[in-house]
Amino acid sequence: MSARFDRAAVKQKFREPGAPPVLATSMQRSLDHKRAAQAGVPWEALRDRAHALKADAIANLDILLEQFERRFVERGGRVVWARTADEAADAFLRICQAHGAKSVVKGKSMVSEELRLNERLAAAGIDPVETDLGEFIVQLAGHKPSHVIAPAAHLSARDVGTLFERKLGLEFSDDPQTLSLAARARLRGRYVSAEVGMTGVNFAVAQTGTLIVVENEGNGGLSAAAPRVHVALMGIEKVIRRTADLATFLPLLARSGTGQKITTYTHHFLGPEAGKHQYCIIVDAGRTALLADPATRESLYCIRCGACMNVCPVYRRVGGGAYGSVYPGPIGAVVTPKMVDPAAASVLPFASTLCGACKDECPVKIDLPLQLVHLRRLAVDTAVAGGLLERRAMRMFVRAMSDVRAYSRAVKWLRLTSRVAQRSPWKPGPLGAWMRRRTLPAPAGQTFREWWGSRS
Amino acid sequence: MTDVRTYRRGEPVALFVPCFVDVFNPEAARAVVSVLERLAVRVEYPSEQTCCGQPAYNAGHFAPAEELADRFARVFQDYAWIVTPSGSCAAMARAGFAHLSPSSPAASVGARVYDFASFLTGVLGVADVGARFAHRVTFHEGCHALRELGALDASLRLLGAVRDLTLVDLPLADECCGFGGSFSVSFDALSTSMGEAKCDHALSTGAEFLVSGDPSCLLHVGGMLRKRSSALKTLHLAEVLAAT
Repeated sequence: MSARFDRAAVKQKFREPGAPPVLATSMQRSLDHKRAAQAGVPWEALRDRAHALKADAIANLDILLEQFERRFVERGGRVVWARTADEAADAFLRICQAHGAKSVVKGKSMVSEELRLNERLAAAGIDPVETDLGEFIVQLAGHKPSHVIAPAAHLSARDVGTLFERKLGLEFSDDPQTLSLAARARLRGRYVSAEVGMTGVNFAVAQTGTLIVVENEGNGGLSAAAPRVHVALMGIEKVIRRTADLATFLPLLARSGTGQKITTYTHHFLGPEAGKHQYCIIVDAGRTALLADPATRESLYCIRCGACMNVCPVYRRVGGGAYGSVYPGPIGAVVTPKMVDPAAASVLPFASTLCGACKDECPVKIDLPLQLVHLRRLAVDTAVAGGLLERRAMRMFVRAMSDVRAYSRAVKWLRLTSRVAQRSPWKPGPLGAWMRRRTLPAPAGQTFREWWGSRS
Repeated sequence: MTDVRTYRRGEPVALFVPCFVDVFNPEAARAVVSVLERLAVRVEYPSEQTCCGQPAYNAGHFAPAEELADRFARVFQDYAWIVTPSGSCAAMARAGFAHLSPSSPAASVGARVYDFASFLTGVLGVADVGARFAHRVTFHEGCHALRELGALDASLRLLGAVRDLTLVDLPLADECCGFGGSFSVSFDALSTSMGEAKCDHALSTGAEFLVSGDPSCLLHVGGMLRKRSSALKTLHLAEVLAAT
């Protein structure tokens, strides 16, 4: 785990939210689609079942992962275990080199982002080719994905048209159909020439040793099947017990992610075909740290649907890029301190009103606001947040609230200062922050306590 | 929110008035007293009360939060029924106390705390409190009352029974207003951006009053409306229910 989190830059982006308006609009649209798709299935029952299945899988992770490995190997695949993102990237490069790869076609994978695989491949002289439309756009623009399932959510069709015009020399168009056909035309040949194909993993079934990948564009299937070598990247939390569990997860994932009843493609990879190779790199990269703490363990139930970001009023305003992490939004705020950099703990868990909308949308019922509060506590306890001033203020506050006479003095002081502050030209710190776009309420002539005292 | 326990006539109900309501919005607490007494409920105000500890809890300062939760439990331990005009304080007592310490006395006292709307409909079983309010009103439920307490139905039933009141739907009503305690000053641009959206939606309804069961939302959104010199006024749900 290397220090990669730019705390100051992230803080600034939350202080001055600058997501383009297109983001909020498209997030609301995704949410509307999700809610429409929820009708007609026993949504709450599915969520409860998914939560229980994940709880069981994560509690038995050691057993299920080894069972998965045995079955996967029986099917002719090879498993590589990686403790860190760097180890996983090293392993990936070794596989590429062993098979003489000059280019790699890539299906969509967030783990690949954790590994910074494109940088690592390029440095080794191997051409990484993103084949998911959103990832293709983001790669072309030199950006990072800003959403776990919609990597280019921060760009409008116009932006993409301009990008294609500039980078691909195409005639400008902002018609999504034209743009996706243009990308498709550029990608077709790459599947055939690439020596290695990479995909992520949505579910790894321990019972059968199969890998499940869902997608809509067909690029994931082609990336896995066209080259001679298929490398699947997965976090340790992706393993589930039985194939039958998919009956719970797939409807939830498709509806929560894109508002579909089912994704266009659901691949079950059953091991390599004759003369071909299939690898599965199983990555920890901070996940066991999330597992070790009962208060963050639930974050490993995440199926990466993106619903928590779609609904989050903070995410909608700052955008995915602000989080300084592969995983943005509420789930990103929970996992980043342990998966990317502890420095994130002093910012991300605090940048929330704890409104709980994410918890309500989460298809596997992760209690995200509770985990955020817990992370705040951890940050305060370990002194990465809540500095001396805040501690002192908190002590003063508790003292004032620990005794009625002290409380009454504090109330008097609050009434006086809030009257003075109304007119004061000097508005330090929090007062200034409050009054920039809000008035300060005027204290009532009589507190409730005084009124109650006067009536009896 | 419905309760397995039943309220027996004559049982005292303790009122918890959060510190900022005590100072800035005592009318809301007085309105709670007025409605409950109209329904012949005996209201008591334990004078030792101060704060539930929510500001410390939300900021991650668990030790001070626990101190205040324990203190709250000592002050209110003799009451079977505790009512507060703040949705987020009720959620702190009902859920937060248990998170701080699952089998503590605070957790069991906290479970007896109700937001005003839930107490009226869920415990007293009353929807019509005999109010009359001849105005156009739109309603914002605070996030804690909405999601942790599930109080929205109660609030809407109560408003629905008020004579001469016109209730107008608030667009994107379930979106947070952006207050978030210390978030409102540590991330003030984000907080007010969310607040602006709430103001815009409330103004789009053409209502005269934006009503909420959470006075902290009103402090924030009301402050923004006043900054805009808007004619739209904020009112606590209890104040509407107290009007005759």
